[in-house]
Amino acid sequence: MSRAVLEVRDLRVSYAHPLGVVRAVDGVSFSLAPNERFGLAGESGSGKSTMALAILRMIHPPGHIDGGRVFLDGVELSALDREAMRRLRLAGIALVPQGSMNSLNPVMRIGQQIADALADHGEALSRPVLDARIADLLPTVGLRPDVASMYPHELSGGMKQRACIAIAICLRPRVIIADEPTSALDVVVQRQVMATLARVQRDLGAAVILVGHDMGLMAQFVDRLGIMYAGRLVEVAPIGAIVTAPRHPYTRALVASLPSLEHRGRLQGIPGLAPLLRDLPRGCAFHPRCPIAGERCRQETPALRSLGTDGTVACHAAEATP
Amino acid sequence: MQAAYIARRFGVFLLIVWLAATLNFFLPKISGQDPVRTKLLQQAALGGAVQSGMEEMVKEYNTRFGLDRPLLAQYGSYLYDTAHLDFNYSIANYPRTVRELIIEALPWTVGLLATTTLLSFTIGTLLGALLAWPRSPRWLRTLMPPLWALHAIPFFLFGLILIYLFAFQVQWLPMFGGYSPGAVQGFTWRFVSDVAMHSILPALSIILVSVGGWALAMRGMMVTTMGEDYVVFAEAEGLRATTVFLRYCVRNAILPQTTALALALGQILSGAVLVEVIFGFPGIGALLFQAIQENDQFLIQGIVFTVIVALGLATLVLDIVYPWLDPRISYRKLS
Amino acid sequence: MNALRRVMSYTGRNRSLLVGTLLLLALVLFVVIGRMFVDTEDARALSAPSLRPPSWDYPFGTDRQGRDLLAVMVAGTPLTLRIGFIAGFLGVGIGAVLAFTAGFYRGMTDTIIRSVADIGLTVPGLLVLILIAVSIKSSLTVNEMALIVASLAWLNPTRTIRAQVLTLRERGYVELAAMSGMGGLEIIFLELMPNLLPYLAATLVSSVSAAILASIGLEVLGLGPMDAPTLGMTLYWVNFNAAMINGWWWWWVPPIVIIVTVFLGLFFVTMGLDEIANPRLRKST
Ligand SMILES: Nc1ncnc2c1ncn2[C@@H]1O[C@H](COP(=O)(O)OP(=O)(O)OP(=O)(O)O)[C@@H](O)[C@H]1O
Ligand SMILES: [Mg+2]
Repeated sequence: MSRAVLEVRDLRVSYAHPLGVVRAVDGVSFSLAPNERFGLAGESGSGKSTMALAILRMIHPPGHIDGGRVFLDGVELSALDREAMRRLRLAGIALVPQGSMNSLNPVMRIGQQIADALADHGEALSRPVLDARIADLLPTVGLRPDVASMYPHELSGGMKQRACIAIAICLRPRVIIADEPTSALDVVVQRQVMATLARVQRDLGAAVILVGHDMGLMAQFVDRLGIMYAGRLVEVAPIGAIVTAPRHPYTRALVASLPSLEHRGRLQGIPGLAPLLRDLPRGCAFHPRCPIAGERCRQETPALRSLGTDGTVACHAAEATP
Repeated sequence: MQAAYIARRFGVFLLIVWLAATLNFFLPKISGQDPVRTKLLQQAALGGAVQSGMEEMVKEYNTRFGLDRPLLAQYGSYLYDTAHLDFNYSIANYPRTVRELIIEALPWTVGLLATTTLLSFTIGTLLGALLAWPRSPRWLRTLMPPLWALHAIPFFLFGLILIYLFAFQVQWLPMFGGYSPGAVQGFTWRFVSDVAMHSILPALSIILVSVGGWALAMRGMMVTTMGEDYVVFAEAEGLRATTVFLRYCVRNAILPQTTALALALGQILSGAVLVEVIFGFPGIGALLFQAIQENDQFLIQGIVFTVIVALGLATLVLDIVYPWLDPRISYRKLS
Repeated sequence: MNALRRVMSYTGRNRSLLVGTLLLLALVLFVVIGRMFVDTEDARALSAPSLRPPSWDYPFGTDRQGRDLLAVMVAGTPLTLRIGFIAGFLGVGIGAVLAFTAGFYRGMTDTIIRSVADIGLTVPGLLVLILIAVSIKSSLTVNEMALIVASLAWLNPTRTIRAQVLTLRERGYVELAAMSGMGGLEIIFLELMPNLLPYLAATLVSSVSAAILASIGLEVLGLGPMDAPTLGMTLYWVNFNAAMINGWWWWWVPPIVIIVTVFLGLFFVTMGLDEIANPRLRKST
């Protein structure tokens, strides 16, 4: 395996809240191989979007990055100054936003929004060159070139999401973080947009982090899946291994809640309540909902450890289970 | 689409014109008497040089608005006159017509209001935007509390304080009138600078009081806008901070702010009337004050009509400009 | 007790609300204590020598017509507040009814109510009030004054409350309640009202403030209750007698200070209530 494109080490983010500190991302580490499609799944509030924003160093008060290091092609991002970090967004790491119904500036034409992105990354192109570049770009995400002269409200949901993808890939980034890129779309459009994303990813040779709830979609799209629970990665493994032999009891519950991959299910049917991040239990955050929790789970937070070759898991009981 | 939108807005404007005329006609009748006739008769009884003209006027008024005529017919005559911008003679200033007096006063008010409103709106909006922007300098924040406090007091009250400080105590600026007594009116440097000197205090009392309000409103809009998904995405796109600020945040927050401006025009004008009164600034407000003192009904009605229509016109212009600011508007149903 | 302590600790954090309340309390205190020491009859003309600067006998001085200005302030402050409160309450009451009707039935009803309010707001209120006041010029009483001001005071509340009702509707409160079988009035009083209370309160306070402003405007123009010692009428006499140019500072300083206190107090209370109604603003002050 070649060197990682993106490496995240012990990333920690918290939000200050009047009732206590919310540890939204609590010591997450993982790395991304070139061309890899990495999935990140977890319940709502488990810290997925926060992590995406933290990688881009876009956490604003009341949020705070408490620690951790992020490397892109070996360059440490936390060491960059503000301007260098700004230039690295989109050019190095691009985000496809979560709420893309509303992610485009409503008063600006699509073409202009792409032009803004190019201009602020030092691509001051003449009008005809710019127009040609945009006209080339739009078809790669399945949009007609004349969409450039339209406003967001003139586009359908799927088209808006494609426009966001177009902006995200316009500088050929090394890494694309797609935060639930299709959660606001209906199923048919979802598939089309995912197909588009898959295609541009292949063409660019970029690595992708796909954030989402939908295990069915994950299974179709990603190579490797990380499961987040309460701000921590509890299991990381190749998608095949996760589906056939989940190690963490939480992952097992997730997989079990899927009748079959053809009947796509969402991460909802787990018994018990999602944890309150500002008031986590001692020990493993999952233990109150865990069917196999023992005394050790109530005392000691499990660390991610390797189990053979195909993945890592953070569970004291992992070895004892098949 | 565009045409239908403009047509609809123009319809609203016509409605306002009609409303103004109708208010003028019916409101004086709510007391059950006809205050216009009362005043006319009083004035005619005073006698004097213009006696015969006044009697003429009373006769004319009686034939057209006499109690023997059905109300609807009177209303019709009134609408007809108003449509021709005929507001009759000024009762107190006979034989001058109401129209003449208004035309004389209007430029003063329009000048004062246009300048002060534009300035305070621009400055206030800019301040509010900067205030919501995390990267703006700290000292801006200390500037605001006094401006907010000022915003709470009426224009004219602050005007009184300014008069006391700058015209009475230190006597830097004239305290009364639109120009020095005896000045020769015209587009000479001398007269224009004289008018400017006289306008500073009235203008300041409007601007300093309004700026805080606009800043407060804009700050609120900015806080809302900065939480929008498109601003987060803009930052993730690695756009320059100034691009995000101007083209994404301010550009969108300015929309509700413009709507607020259209709605506030009436209030601003009401406030400016009193400013003119205390400064003796020779605009519509001072004319109205004089008309009220002399109970000059025709003049009051003419002014009320003119002002309502002028504001309707200003609103119409803002409404027509608005879709240019917000491309969504002409497609959306009016909401 | 506990509830009281919570309110206290919240007001401690909500500085605007605290400052506003304190300012208004100071005014109330001034009036209450003033009433114990001065005879409000002295607020009438000719009850004192004219144009005396402040002295032991007349702490606030006297005006040209021989009113004891301390008595005028003590008697006039509540009068002005009364105009504001009557008009403000009427305005918000009528406005709330219209807004709920519009937001609840929507469709044609809503269109009509919204258009009337919007067009009404385009018209400069003071001028219409002037027209009304001129038409019934037979010298007004304080209460009539309040009613005149109230005749336009419902426009703004209608607009703002309607917008809030619609937002709540969009958030699905109404649908949910309707599904659980509530009737129209029940929904309004059990579901919408509680959620709107902070807004209603903020609207009420700003309406009171607007009404006071309008009444003072009419009074300064000479359309107020001529023989009532309200704050606005005092300013009318100040302007009428050119007290400022003549250096009779004691005549205009007290009414201006009191009016500024009233407006500042009401403004800060509105800001504080807004902060409660709109928590998003809380963080960014
Ligand atoms: N701006 C913020 N201020 C305070 N707390 C926040 C903020 N943003 C997120 N949080 C908290 O951080 C935690 C993680 O939120 P995050 O948005 O990262 O979750 P998520 O996994 O993306 O959820 P979803 O699947 O719903 O998008 C949540 O508990 C949330 O309450
Ligand atoms: Mg998320």
